[in-house]
Amino acid sequence: MADYRGIAVFCEIKGDKLLPIAAEGLGAGRRLADALGQDLSAIVVGSNIAGVAPQAIMYGASKVYAVDDPLLKYYQADAYVNVMEKVVKQIMPAVIIMGQTDIGRDLAPRLAFRLGTAVTMDCVDLAIDPESKRLLQTKPVYGGNAHAVFTTDTNPQMVTIRTKAMVATVPDSLRKGEVVNIPAGLQAADIRTKVINRVLEEVAGIKIEDAQVVVSGGRGIGGTEGFKQLEELAKLLKGAVGASRPPCDNGWMPDTVQVGLTGKIIAPELYIAIAISGSSQHMSGCSGSKTIVAINKDKEANIFRYARFGVVGDWKKVLPAFTAKIKEMLAS
Amino acid sequence: MNIIVCVKQVIDPEAPPSSFKIDAANNKAEMKGAPPVLDPYGEYAVEASLKIKEAKGGKVTVLSLGSGLMREVVKKPLAMGADALVLLEDEAFTAGDSWSTAGALAAAVKKIGQYDLILCGREASDTNAGQTGPAIAEVLGVPCVTLARKIEIADGKAKIERVTSGGYDIVEVPLPAVVTVSNEIGEPRYPTIKGIMAAKKIEPVVWKPADIGIDTSKIGAAGRRLKISRLFQPIHEGKCELAAGETPEELAANLALKLREAKAF
Ligand SMILES: Cc1cc2nc3c(=O)[nH]c(=O)nc-3n(C[C@H](O)[C@H](O)[C@H](O)COP(=O)(O)OP(=O)(O)OC[C@H]3O[C@@H](n4cnc5c(N)ncnc54)[C@H](O)[C@@H]3O)c2cc1C
Repeated sequence: MADYRGIAVFCEIKGDKLLPIAAEGLGAGRRLADALGQDLSAIVVGSNIAGVAPQAIMYGASKVYAVDDPLLKYYQADAYVNVMEKVVKQIMPAVIIMGQTDIGRDLAPRLAFRLGTAVTMDCVDLAIDPESKRLLQTKPVYGGNAHAVFTTDTNPQMVTIRTKAMVATVPDSLRKGEVVNIPAGLQAADIRTKVINRVLEEVAGIKIEDAQVVVSGGRGIGGTEGFKQLEELAKLLKGAVGASRPPCDNGWMPDTVQVGLTGKIIAPELYIAIAISGSSQHMSGCSGSKTIVAINKDKEANIFRYARFGVVGDWKKVLPAFTAKIKEMLAS
Repeated sequence: MNIIVCVKQVIDPEAPPSSFKIDAANNKAEMKGAPPVLDPYGEYAVEASLKIKEAKGGKVTVLSLGSGLMREVVKKPLAMGADALVLLEDEAFTAGDSWSTAGALAAAVKKIGQYDLILCGREASDTNAGQTGPAIAEVLGVPCVTLARKIEIADGKAKIERVTSGGYDIVEVPLPAVVTVSNEIGEPRYPTIKGIMAAKKIEPVVWKPADIGIDTSKIGAAGRRLKISRLFQPIHEGKCELAAGETPEELAANLALKLREAKAF
C-alpha cells in the first residue's frame, strides 16, 4: 500500500482549455495532497494539447502527465481506459479524482474495475481520515435524500466529483511544475467503438451552466407556451431558462436544459423555480444556488424547504405580474 | 437478437421526500408508506429493449438481483412485453456494491449464454452510482456505451446516440455490447391487459449463488470493495419567507420587493 502515493487529477479539456471541473478537481486534490503531505499531479489526455499542461500547473499541479495522440482527439472509452490504465500503473497514485461528467461517468467505473479497485461517483465532499489516512468519500444517494460516506481498502482510491461542489485553487501563473510526456501506445484496433458524429444541440443565448440567473419551470407549466413567459423573465434578468425533467421528457424544452441529478448541476446567484415540486433529484442540480425562489400553488411543496423566498399561488396569475414588477424596478 | 435487461426493485424514488427514513444502525433506507417499485431507469432500459424487439425481433430476458423481490414489481417488464425473467434471489446477493453486484450479474449472463446486447439503466435510483453496466462490460470483456438516448441495430452493430452535456454523440459499437439507457429514450410503455395476462403465465427462473457457480465470498456484502461507513440525511433549514398579499398582483409585487431588498438581482 505504501507504494501508492500522491493525488492525481484527470483533467478534462475542451480544445486546449482546461474545463472548470478540472480546476475544481485540482482544488480538491490540492487540499488532500496537503493533508497527506504528498504531491498533486494532473493527467491530461487528448490530441494537440501542449498548451494545457501550464494551465494545470497554474491551478495547483506540481507535475503534469500528458498523453498526446491523434487517436485521443475525442473521448472514446476503449482508448481512454487503456491510456489511463497505463498512466496510473506508471505513477501509482493513492487517489484519482475525475469529474462527474459525461466522460467521467463512463471512464471512471471502467478504469476502476480494470485496475481491480473501486470508485465512488459524484462525491460532494472529500477528506482524509486522520487515523487511517484513507480517503473519506461522501456522495449523495437515494436521489439526494441521503448522503453516504465510503472508504476502500483497495488502491488507487478513485472518485468522481460533482460539478461546482469543490472550490478551485486560485490560479497562479508563477507556480512551477514539471511536464512528463507519456506515449499513448494505442493501436486503432484497440478502439472497438467508432464515433460517427458529434451533435451539438446548444440553445441560443446564455447556457444555464454559466448563467447568474436561472428561471426554471416544471410539470405545472403545462407546455411550450408557458415556457415563453419564463423566457421573458429570464431575458429581463439576463439569465437562462431551465426545467425539471418532465418538461424535457415531454419535449416542451430541450434535454440540455434539464436541471438535476441526471441533468445539469448549476449554482447560479438566483434560481427561480416555477411549478416545480422540489424532488430530491431536481434539488440535487440546484441546491447550491445562492438564492432560491419558488412559485408554487401547493404550500406543502418540498421546494419551499429549500427556497429563501416564495409565493403560494397560481403561476399563470403571479408570473405576469411579477415580470411586470421586475421590469418596472429595473427601469427606475 | 437476444437482449438481456438488468433491472432491480428499489424503494420508490419519487415518493415525497418527507417519507424518506434512515435506519442508521444498519445503513438502510426506506420510503415510509410507499411500496417498492421497479427502478425507473431500469424501466427505460426495458423500454429500449422492447423498441429493438419491435424493430428486429428477438427475445428479451430480464435479469434481476435481490432478495424479497415482489413478483408484481419484478414481473412488470414481462407485462410490458419482455419474454423471460431470471431472478438472482438470495440474501447472499444483497447489500453488494457495483463490483460484487456486477460480478453476479455477469455470471448469470454467462449462464443464460446467448446475448447480443445487455441493457442497464444509466444509474439506479438508490445508489445513484451508474457503475453496474460498465462493470459488467469489464467482467465480460465486451465494449460498453453509456447514456444512450437511441439505439439502432444493423449488421451486427449497434448505432447509439449517447447523451453529452451539449447534445449527443453518434457512436457505433460491434455486438455483443453493454449499453446503459437514459430517460431521453422515451417514456416506458404501460403494461397492457394482454401483457399482464401473459406475464401471469411466465414463471421466473430463480438462481442461487451455486446455480451460477459463484463463490459467496465474491458477491453481495461479502464481495464489496467500497465500505460504507455512514449514511445520513443532510439537513435543510427550510426558512422560506412567503410573500404576503390578497391578489396575485400584490403577491408578485411583494415577492419582487423582497428580492430587491435582498439584492438578489
Ligand atoms: C434516478 C432519478 C433521476 C432523476 N433525475 C432528475 C433530474 O435530473 N431532474 C429532475 O427535475 N427530475 C429528475 N427525476 C424526476 C424527479 O423524481 C421528479 O419526478 C421530477 O423532478 C418532478 O418534476 P416537477 O417538479 O416538474 O413535477 P411535479 O413533481 O409533478 O411537480 C409539479 C409542481 O407544480 C405545481 N403546480 C402545478 N400547477 C401549478 C400552477 N398552475 N401554479 C403553480 N404551481 C403549480 C404543483 O403544485 C407541483 O408542486 C429523477 C428521478 C429519478 C428516479
